[in-house]
Formats: sequence, structure tokens, C-alpha cells
Amino acid sequence: MADFTSEFWNLYVVVLTVIGIVGCGVLLWSQSSVKGSALKSVDGKVGTTGHIWDEDLTELNTPMPRWWMWLFYLTIAFAIGYLWLYPGLGSYQGSLGWTSAREHKEELAKAEKEYGPLFDKYKGQDLKAVAADPQAHAIGERLFLTYCAQCHGSDARGNKGFPNLADKDWLHGGDPDTIKLTIMKGRHGVMPPMGAAVGSEKDIENVTQYVLSLSDSTHDPIKSVMGKSKFSACMACHGAGGKGNPMLGAPNLSDKTWLYGGSADTIMETIRKGRNNTMPAFEDFLGEGKVHVLAAYVWGLSNPPVTLLSKK
Amino acid sequence: MNAPAPQVIKMYAKREDIFPREVKGHYQNLRWICLILTQLVFYGAPWLQWNGRQAILFDLMARKFYIFGLVLWPQDFIYLAAMLIACAWGLFLVTAVAGRVWCGFSCPQTVYTEMFLWIERKFEGSRSAQMRLAKESWTLNKIWRKGGKHAAWLLLALWTGFTFVGYFSPIGTLAFEALTFDFGPWEWFWVGFYSLATYGNAGWLREQVCKYMCPYARFQSAMFDRDTLIITYDEKRGEPRGPKSDGSCIDCSLCVQVCPTGIDIRKGLQYECIGCAACIDACDIVMDKIEQPRGLIRYSTDRAMAQGLSAKEIRKRVMRPRVLLYTGGLLLFIVAVFTTLALRTPLKMDVIRDRGSMGREVENGMIENVYRLQIMNTTEQGHTYRIRASGIDTLQVAVPDTVEVGPTETRAVPIRLRADHGKGETGSNKIAIELTALDDPSLAVKEKAVFIVPR
Repeated sequence: MADFTSEFWNLYVVVLTVIGIVGCGVLLWSQSSVKGSALKSVDGKVGTTGHIWDEDLTELNTPMPRWWMWLFYLTIAFAIGYLWLYPGLGSYQGSLGWTSAREHKEELAKAEKEYGPLFDKYKGQDLKAVAADPQAHAIGERLFLTYCAQCHGSDARGNKGFPNLADKDWLHGGDPDTIKLTIMKGRHGVMPPMGAAVGSEKDIENVTQYVLSLSDSTHDPIKSVMGKSKFSACMACHGAGGKGNPMLGAPNLSDKTWLYGGSADTIMETIRKGRNNTMPAFEDFLGEGKVHVLAAYVWGLSNPPVTLLSKK
Repeated sequence: MNAPAPQVIKMYAKREDIFPREVKGHYQNLRWICLILTQLVFYGAPWLQWNGRQAILFDLMARKFYIFGLVLWPQDFIYLAAMLIACAWGLFLVTAVAGRVWCGFSCPQTVYTEMFLWIERKFEGSRSAQMRLAKESWTLNKIWRKGGKHAAWLLLALWTGFTFVGYFSPIGTLAFEALTFDFGPWEWFWVGFYSLATYGNAGWLREQVCKYMCPYARFQSAMFDRDTLIITYDEKRGEPRGPKSDGSCIDCSLCVQVCPTGIDIRKGLQYECIGCAACIDACDIVMDKIEQPRGLIRYSTDRAMAQGLSAKEIRKRVMRPRVLLYTGGLLLFIVAVFTTLALRTPLKMDVIRDRGSMGREVENGMIENVYRLQIMNTTEQGHTYRIRASGIDTLQVAVPDTVEVGPTETRAVPIRLRADHGKGETGSNKIAIELTALDDPSLAVKEKAVFIVPR
């Protein structure tokens, strides 16, 4: 910090603040009484302040109540007390050590104490049981809309590059515990650039047609046959039949679900340049209790529990 | 001008104690009726029940405001604004016609001061007894009278603070908590705050609130004119004053003694006068005693005093442009508030389009957009609503198109809208999403939205 700021500005603020407070006090003191000619008015109560304009225009002195003046002094006392306790006087941090970050932490701890037991209750239950609980479902829906919807969409049906969570197709496995693990620890989906391994541009085109044939999508039969041998470069992850491997997060190429798109151009681009995808870990951010409820909700999207179905 | 020698003048002075003398009469009866009515409403209203809940409750935590059958949400704040504007017009009207009647008869500051004065007289006796007691040294008698008075004041103040908080926190629970001294920290704070405010304002500050703090007292001169009813002293009839002079005023100074703000009404209209009419009652009693007609001090207007107008002529001047304007403003806002309240739909919806995706292609090349509907059911019954979309040919809701929302509940519902391939224009299309309750077709809202068809 010292490289960019100088002690001068600290002193500048301190001096201005102190002058301001002392100045207010002096002004108040000096203005609480004036020298005047004290002309008595008819009832002998109201005098004048001694100010005279236009030869004979005088100002009546109708004094404010004295407690009013003490209120002004009180504001000065308050200012001094405040600056003593809280940050405000230059870089002085105040004797209470208050910071907005600390207050935020305390608020978080308070919320944790209040809502923690609710999540602890669900944490002890089986994920499938939690998925069938209407209250947990409502909590899960709210959590999902807050933390997951940005990428996966409000309806969980995903977007380009972000998997659809409402179908039965899973990259890393769709049983409740695996879903929970995915949310807790996050995932890295890496498809390396395979252009060189597959071969020439022609080979990439042929492999693409072969990949399309796996899911029975529209493809060129001749190119597809020619590309079959080159698919060996892909088998390590996607398997011989292109069925994929949940252990590696390698997608199943024999269905019609495409993470980045199923057109020939997109698939060729995927092979040439590879793909790199990240699902962040939420364990530290949300804590296990919330993740548990969330995992149950996500699993329930493609396995609607009977209790919730009958309600709708 | 020959100026005397300068001397030091204090700009702040100690407040001089005022011991208003008790007075009985026509206007004081009226004041007590106003006092009893307003306080019955204030202390009683939170105890009323409606549909198994507190009839009037402003639940700040849940942000719901119950007024009998009405449940208002923060979105309905405009009604509060309109109601306050209507109140302001009402105040303008009353002030233009009859001056400070609000101040004298209904303002909480005046009403509580009156109640506190009543308590004070029970403990310390009449005006003269109070003045004697103030000068007395601290004997046991004085300690008991002063202590008792303050204790009674504090009790009344506590009850007031408790009642006030009862409008914001269910009063039944609050009463139970009060009996067991089991308030939450905020309840302690607000009950304490309003109790001390009542005690301080009505016990100690009194007329100083009107003189130095009240903004209404300062800007009402803008509503006054020469035909506004004010409390006046009939100078022509009263002067020259004195026990043996020709004027009707015998200078008994009772009008000064009863004044709660400590002024002499015989000096004419002063900014301290709150229009409580205590001096009228006091003077009428004296006039009866000396067998003179009543009304040496009376409600009249500036113009009537100057030109000697009769009561009938004063009444004729009530209908003047200023009064008509204020009446118009008042009526307009009252009608506006009640019509909009009657016509409002107790159902609100916000449509939030998913920002993550533009539009996606699904089965059969249909185009799909995702929205989040924030549905607010502001009735006290649960409802099931049907969601419909319109604006593009073949546009339909792709998930269950009904949604259930509990009583006074907010629910966020993700929905998907679909249109056939080739329908709508590439880019954004204006559409509308409509919500209708299955059991009550009048419960319906329609909101605009955008449907995006990708290239």
C-alpha cells in the first residue's frame, strides 16, 4: 500500500475532521451569546440582539430553549465517541476493531446456527428419501435457482457446454451419491485435441461421419466406413462402441445427446481442438448440508418421486 | 437613535415552566371526546381479530401488511403514498377552514399532553398547588407526589409503547412476553423507545414540540388566509381592559393561566397558539359571572374582526377558491385510493427470462425458451393457476401448465415455452404470459416477455 499512497492523505483527513469538529464547538460557543443593546420590549421579556438594519429595523431576541443548545453539544460528543470506537479518523481503525467483513462473518455464523439444524436433519437421511420430502424439494428448488441456474438453466435442461440435468443421460454417473460427489468436489471434463492422433483433415471428416453413425444420425455411409479404423484413437476413453465411460466423464457417443452440438462441423471442431469443461466444487462454498439437499433435488429431476408426482 | 450601552445577551434560555390551569367548558368537553375516541382506536385496534389473525398487523419481517381483509405487499406501497397524500389534503382543507383544529383536538402530542396533565393534577393538585410544590424544598410530601406522578406517567407511556409495537408484532404474544419479561432485543428496544418518547414528549417537552420541532405547525401559515377560523380576542369590545374600565375584559388573566403554551391570546394571533380553545372556555365562564355576553374570546376570522362580520357572513366565506381546491384534491385522492384498491388483482407475477441461453432447439426442431415466473399470491387462500402464453403462432407451455401457490406465498417456477420451427421472427419476439386462477377467473395477470428464435 505504501507504494501507492502516502501518509499525507491520512493526515489531511485527520486534520480536516478535527478542525471540523473543533470548529463546530467554537462556533456554537461563540454564537450562544452576543453583545447587544438589549432594548426591552413592551412586556419586558423580549430584548433585541442589537443588530440594526436600515436605521431602525432591529432583530428581536426570542431565545431557543437551552436544551436545544445541549443537543448541538451532544452531536459533538457523539462524533468524538464514534471516531473513538469506529473507523473514520484517517486510517485509525477504532477501538472496537469493527470491519464490514467481520460483521458479514458474524451474520453468516448466525444464519448457520439458525438454519444448520434443518440441513443436518436431511444430511442424516438417505438421498432418495430426501428427494421425496416436499419441504426438501422446495428448499432444493430455491437453492438450484440461486446457485445452479446460471449455467444449467432454471429448468435444469442445460445449454451448450452445460449438461442437461433433467434427462437420464449422465456424464459421470447418475446415482444420487455420484451426483452429490459431483457437486461437492466439482468435475473437470477434458477432451484433448485429437487432430494429430486421428490423422489428416480427411481422416477427421471420416471419423466424424463414423461418430454420427454410432447414434444413427444422418451420415455419409462411405466416409463412415473409412473412418471406422481411425476411431481407435478415441476408444481409450469413449470405448470400442463409443458408449463412453462415466469413470472418465467421457460422453456416450451412441445417443443423441450432445453437450456441444451434434452437427458434423461441431464434432469436427471438437476433435480438432478438444474441449475443456469445468464444474466448480461447492463443498466449501455451500457446505455438505445444502449440497445434500441439492443433490437429492437434482436426482429427483429425472426420477420424480411418487410423493411429489401425486401432488401435481 | 440613542442606543443604550451594549450588554451580553444569551441566545439560548432556560424554558419557563408552564402550569396550565384546569378549565371546563364546551370546547374542553369536545377535546375530551376527541381524546377518548382517538385513544380507543389506538389502544383497541391491535386487539381486534379478523379471520383468525390480528386484524391490523404490519409484519415487517414477512413484509406483509394486514388491514382487516386487505393484505398489502411492499409492491403496494403506492397505496400508502396515496393515502398519505389524501391525509395531507385533508389536513390542508381543515387548516384552511378552521385553522389549527388538528393541533388542538387530535394531534397525539396535544392528546398525550392532556392525559399527562390530568395525571399531574391527580398527584400535584391544581395550578396554584403545583406552583407551590415546585418552590417547596424536597420534603417527603414532594417526593411522594413527584415520584408518584412520574411512575404513573411511565406506566401510561409503557402501555403506549407496548401498544405501538403491537401493531408490528402480534400483540397477543407480545402481551404474554410482557408478563414474563421475555421480549426479544428489538421488542425491548422499540417498546422502550416509544415509551420514552411518549414520556419525554408529553411529560417534559410538551408545547416545545409544537414550537420548535413540528414542521406542520411551521408550514400551515401557507394554508391560512384572512377568512380562516382562528381563536381571537375581540379587542374592540375588550379594551380598555381592567376591573373598572369601560372594556369587557376585566384582566383576570385566566385566559393566560389556562393556556398550555403559555401565551396571552389578547396579543392577537401568535405562532405558539395550538387552537385548543381553553381560553375561550375560561373567558366564557368569567363573562357569565360578570353577566356579560359570551364570546369576548371566540372562534372568528381575521377579516371578521377587522370588518365586524357576523357569524353568517363568516360562514358564507368558507366557500372560497382555496377551500374548493383542497376539497377537490382530497376527494380526488380518496376516490383514487378506494377505486384502485377495489380494482386491484391480488396476484402478481414477474417474468424473468433465463439469461444463460438465448433459445434452444429441441425435439422436432421446436424452439424453446426458459423463463422463471415469480408468482405472488397475495390472497389468504391457496390457488392453482393456469399458465398460458401468446404472441407467436403455436406458442405453448412445455411443462405442466398449472402451478399451485399457497396462501400469501411467493413461488418461483421455471417454465419452458415452445414454438414450432419457422414460427416467429429470427431474433426477439414480443409475447405475453398469462396467469389465471382455476377457481376464480377474475384472478388473472398478464405480463410482457420476450421469446428469442435463434438463427
